[in-house]
Amino acid sequence: MKSVPSIAARPDAPSPARKPIVEVRGLRYRYPDGTLALDGVDFDLRPGERVAVFGANGSGKTTFILHLNGLLRGEGFIEVCGRRIDRDTNADALAEVRARLGLVFQNSDEQLFMPTVLEDVAFGPSNQGLSPEEASARARTALDQVGMSDAAGKAPYHLSAGEKRRVALAGVLAMQPEILVLDEPTTSLDPPGQRELLRLLRHLPQAILLVTHDADFAASLATRAVFFERGRIAAEGEVREITERFHWSRESE
Amino acid sequence: MHIPDGFLSAPVWTTLDVAAMPAVAWAARRAQTDLEVQDGRRIPLLGVMGAFVFAAQMLNFPVGLGTSGHLVGGALLAITLGPSAAATVMTAVLILQAFLLQDGGVMALGANILNMAIAGVLAGYLPYRLWGRGRTRTAAIFLGGAASVALSACLALSELLISGVPMPRRLVLVSSILFLANGLIEGAITVAALRAIERLNPAWVRPAEPVRARPLIVAAVTAIIVIGVGTLIASSAPDALEAALSIRGETHSLWLRKALLGLTGMAILYAGLLLVARRFARQRSA
Amino acid sequence: MRGAHAHVERWSRGASPLHSLDARAKMIALVVLLAAIATTPAGSPWMFCGFFALLLAAIFFARLPFVAMLARAALVLPFSAVFVAMAWWSAGPRAAFPLVAKSFLSVLAALLVAASTPWPRLLDALALLRVPRPLVLVTQFLGRYLFVVTEQALQMRRAAQSRQGVARKTKDLSRHFHAAAGAVGVLFARSSERADSIYHAMVARGFTGRFPAPTAPPFALRDAAFLFFSIAAALAIRLAL
Repeated sequence: MKSVPSIAARPDAPSPARKPIVEVRGLRYRYPDGTLALDGVDFDLRPGERVAVFGANGSGKTTFILHLNGLLRGEGFIEVCGRRIDRDTNADALAEVRARLGLVFQNSDEQLFMPTVLEDVAFGPSNQGLSPEEASARARTALDQVGMSDAAGKAPYHLSAGEKRRVALAGVLAMQPEILVLDEPTTSLDPPGQRELLRLLRHLPQAILLVTHDADFAASLATRAVFFERGRIAAEGEVREITERFHWSRESE
Repeated sequence: MHIPDGFLSAPVWTTLDVAAMPAVAWAARRAQTDLEVQDGRRIPLLGVMGAFVFAAQMLNFPVGLGTSGHLVGGALLAITLGPSAAATVMTAVLILQAFLLQDGGVMALGANILNMAIAGVLAGYLPYRLWGRGRTRTAAIFLGGAASVALSACLALSELLISGVPMPRRLVLVSSILFLANGLIEGAITVAALRAIERLNPAWVRPAEPVRARPLIVAAVTAIIVIGVGTLIASSAPDALEAALSIRGETHSLWLRKALLGLTGMAILYAGLLLVARRFARQRSA
Repeated sequence: MRGAHAHVERWSRGASPLHSLDARAKMIALVVLLAAIATTPAGSPWMFCGFFALLLAAIFFARLPFVAMLARAALVLPFSAVFVAMAWWSAGPRAAFPLVAKSFLSVLAALLVAASTPWPRLLDALALLRVPRPLVLVTQFLGRYLFVVTEQALQMRRAAQSRQGVARKTKDLSRHFHAAAGAVGVLFARSSERADSIYHAMVARGFTGRFPAPTAPPFALRDAAFLFFSIAAALAIRLAL
């Protein structure tokens, strides 16, 4: 992939002074079998910011992001868009969080679970209380945004990996979130698919948290990177700085 | 074992369609509340498990003589998911097969559901529930698998015979032996598959909880088996039926008499199965 | 079965007067027609011809390929073959023919509905016709993941076949048997994990246990007219011929 000027050069780069929309302090999580998955994670995300999350398989990256919308509950402090997430968080607060923080999972087949594309993208808005007509309208807008309007009546089974990824993104965008979290979005995408996804993401106004192994993809999108190691963030900095330091691209030995 | 349309007679398929409805509704309701939490988590699980059933049926289990057996799955599902969830999954499978794949009739859905999704699942579950602890565990699982397939097949054959499908007695006997053989295969496959599942994660196989009033339930189960086999024998021996009915001398048409007797036998069978299932359900929530 | 089904799936996405009818109307018409076919007395060949003509007309209105449809419906005949043979042996062709006719015509009718109605609309119709909602939803998820999981199984079968030899001795048989059991175990495990992931994805988009109810498009005059005429035709053939 061609190297592209760093996002920090863009005029609308986020200023560090703005209040974070995601605040994590001292997050710890233990699996039911006892293994410690997260061992004290501190993290901030500001409005409009793009952050890449690197780390070896099993280092805690995916476990971490599952805490951000309350799918997992650990110990420590998490606040997303002003709402605390802990074991006592009530259903309404969780619904608010899930409307504001959208998660695109690694396996698109498991994310597109409805019989047709349109029904799936409308699933989120329906859960937000919109009427079927309003939900459909939102869904069509989101499908337009990702360039998949023609697929509205299709069954997800007939889509390619790249198309499924875009529809999954539309399903999240239809909820009009402030934050997008993507778990290894380039998995099974061919280079044109990766380019298309990158193009889409760069035009979105949301803050983006990108869990990925792909150093080039991250460098083209993110301003900052964190590196997970054994359940904690071992380092933080510019994307290229982190990938070189930890030998995280194919070229470094 | 899927009965297509056009073979069952009107009284048989209408009665069974009507009888299937409350059973299906009850199983669907119970499957959802199985975890006492209405969070909808069971729906995708049961759906995916239905897909698993189809997929597992594609795997070949060599049984010698150049033939392969395949898993049917009623007992396996009952032991891992519980009987009401298993019944719901199998019903969903049958609905998809009938409407999407034209495998099994639409009018015959009631019969197929009662045979495979209700009776078959319960027959697969009861032995495990009764004897699935300690030394008898493997035998109980085997018996569940065998009974599930054998009972479904016997019921299907009974329904066909009651409907007047002509079949020489010798063929009924041969079929019954084949059903038994299929049952043995299913028993073996179920044991082996459950062992493999347990090795991957013991939590997936529910432990068989202790049963109160065991003698009563064993008696009920025995009675059901006797009636099931009896119905098959009776429906294949019209002369004996005729003799039995002429003593009563109440109804007129021979065909109607035969149909009524057969249906009564099966109605008792199904009612019995439902009662036993209810008893277990009440026990579990007690 | 998957290969044959691909045709039906493609046909169901077509456009024709029959395709655009309400799925509920088609379902009800199907049930009435099946009942009429099923109750046809044995010695009435004209009734069977009448039903066949009715179905051919419907295939025409659905703009579906005749030969392919008839061939697909004929797949039911192998099951019938055993009973047909026995009926012929016990009571001659007059007992055998109705079995063939009824099973073939019934499958053709059901196939017609499947080939002219997209599967999600069929499911909606079932829900609207009072089939318990949890059951319809389970069937919906089943349909969605059917090919995903069966493809997993196919891959496992292919992988096993390329590594296993032909089973000759009992020792081999036993090994293959247990390998297949292991494959069932893995399929089960992956399916269970898949279900967990799906549930997470649902919760992440705000799912709290209630599914959106199916929207029932209004029953148009056209649908009512179709229902009336198809029931009338079925009854006419059944009672008059």
